[in-house]
Amino acid sequence: MTSVTAGSLPRASARPAAPPSPWVRWGTVLAALPWLALSVATRRLPETGDFPYSLVFANGTGLLGLLLLTGLPVAHGLGRVGARLRHWAPWIGVLGLAFLAWELVTAKLELLPMPFFPPPQAILEVFLDDWARLGHSTFNSLVLLAGGYAIGAAVGFVLGVAIGWSRAVGYWAHPILRFVGPLPATAWLPLAFFVFPSSWSASTFLVALATGFPVTVLTWSGVAGVNKAYFDVARTLGASGTFLVLRVAVPAALPHVFVGLFMGLGGSFAVLVVAEMLGVKAGLGWYLQWAQGWAAYANMYAALIVMALMCSSLISLLFRLRDRLLAWQKGLVQW
Amino acid sequence: MVAALPRWAALRRPLRARPPAADPAPEGARGAELSVEDVSHAFQINGAPLPVLDRISLSVAPGGFVALLGPSGCGKSTLLRLAAGLEPADDGRLVLDGERIDRPDPSRLLVFQDPTLYPWRTVRGNVAVGLEARGLLAQRRGRIDEALGLVGLSAFAEAHPHQLSGGMQQRTALARALVNDPRLLLLDEPLGKLDALTRLALQDELVRLWRRSGFTALLVTHDVEEALVLAERVVVLSDRPARIRAEIRVEAPYPRRRDDPELVRLRSHILNILGHAA
Repeated sequence: MTSVTAGSLPRASARPAAPPSPWVRWGTVLAALPWLALSVATRRLPETGDFPYSLVFANGTGLLGLLLLTGLPVAHGLGRVGARLRHWAPWIGVLGLAFLAWELVTAKLELLPMPFFPPPQAILEVFLDDWARLGHSTFNSLVLLAGGYAIGAAVGFVLGVAIGWSRAVGYWAHPILRFVGPLPATAWLPLAFFVFPSSWSASTFLVALATGFPVTVLTWSGVAGVNKAYFDVARTLGASGTFLVLRVAVPAALPHVFVGLFMGLGGSFAVLVVAEMLGVKAGLGWYLQWAQGWAAYANMYAALIVMALMCSSLISLLFRLRDRLLAWQKGLVQW
Repeated sequence: MVAALPRWAALRRPLRARPPAADPAPEGARGAELSVEDVSHAFQINGAPLPVLDRISLSVAPGGFVALLGPSGCGKSTLLRLAAGLEPADDGRLVLDGERIDRPDPSRLLVFQDPTLYPWRTVRGNVAVGLEARGLLAQRRGRIDEALGLVGLSAFAEAHPHQLSGGMQQRTALARALVNDPRLLLLDEPLGKLDALTRLALQDELVRLWRRSGFTALLVTHDVEEALVLAERVVVLSDRPARIRAEIRVEAPYPRRRDDPELVRLRSHILNILGHAA
């Protein structure tokens, strides 16, 4: 996410000698104020419920506010970290305001009904007290996702290349793909859970299915759309069929393959959560379901936050991989 | 900056870095004799045959340079594709040094109007394609730098095609062909898309490369001056279906001056044949 600004960063650090105008320099300090206000409000205002971590929360936000208060004015002297900090200062400030509002309408004024809308310190409590179970669930989700995604991506890639390259494979695979492919992977769920020996293998299959379809279709279209002159060049230079596939068709189709990999990753998240909620007794999807069953809404929000972090990190990781492999392309989308 | 990034090429198995071994690179007299014998060819357009070549016969001596000149769309490029072995001729035969041409072979190389470089490979990687495809990269690695030097691109070896100008891209395409020591170089309007000045520079360069390497060259162009500056013989073709209308020998010694009175005279002669009063 930070690389959105990557284009402007080098320029900012290229001329560190020119300090920002006093207006900008002191304007960024405003970002610290909501955090300090949040700390004071949490500590001083009476609470409507019993929240054991209110003091920890107040101390944490207070410390953050003080760090910002001292760090922001001198940010232009802190190199890259400082440049980044200054760039995000408006966001930090608005985020502090949002936390302040959240704190006020829940724990302090109880404008929102309590068990469903816990205050921030209740979610902090979940992270501090239940981190072991949350971590274990995240680990289980990642293992399931990695297995299914790897299988789906590998099979989809090979199948896509085969369909795009070979007329015979295309003839047999195309109708099946057209008929079965658009079916959402979750529709297979009831069937998968009694066909496969374990709910874990069934879920792996479903995640692979959700990943495999877009990867297959896009790899196929990528291979089929390769500039025919590329093949003429390689053929006159003495290339074998293997060379044409592996060294010409595949690298030329790679941008398409990555579109498929991104779509597949998005699809696999959806299937993963549903499969964990309905069958697998582990993972973040299961945690969500379990928390809701116990009306532990703070745990639910905590799990949602972890899930968002996990999915976002995986997407970022895939973007990194693409940027490395497709460095030869111009004008890539930044994430 | 590009050179520092791992590229697609980095995924390949590492190639053993052997010193540039003693490599047979015979200079001169390596050109092959091409003969086109009574070749006719037609395209199928919506099921109806569209004749493009009509009983063409011509031969190019080993190490010779012949230019095919004619109106656009007359079937010149088709003749080159047949000579490259990318397509079989409907009728008649094409023979290289007594051997019938029936499939592509690295001894006969085609340089297209578009450079058609692989955008995911660096300049060096593009030039290496032919050697790599035939498994000769380890033995002849040194030839790549040699070819890059020959076309003046040594400094751009690690650049990607999109970072190069049109002229540099076409030089890369030339190096990609030359590194394979072709005995017949088929040039399909290789300078057609370049600006006027780059064109002149590359024409001189082509002459230099041809004289140095000794390959046989068959050039397709619709630029009369280009044909006269480069070729020993200019073959003028008619409108589609292409027939040979005239063959003109160009005796002027190389390197040729564009204002050579002989070339100026031949230029008006050819333009007359093509129906344009000079």
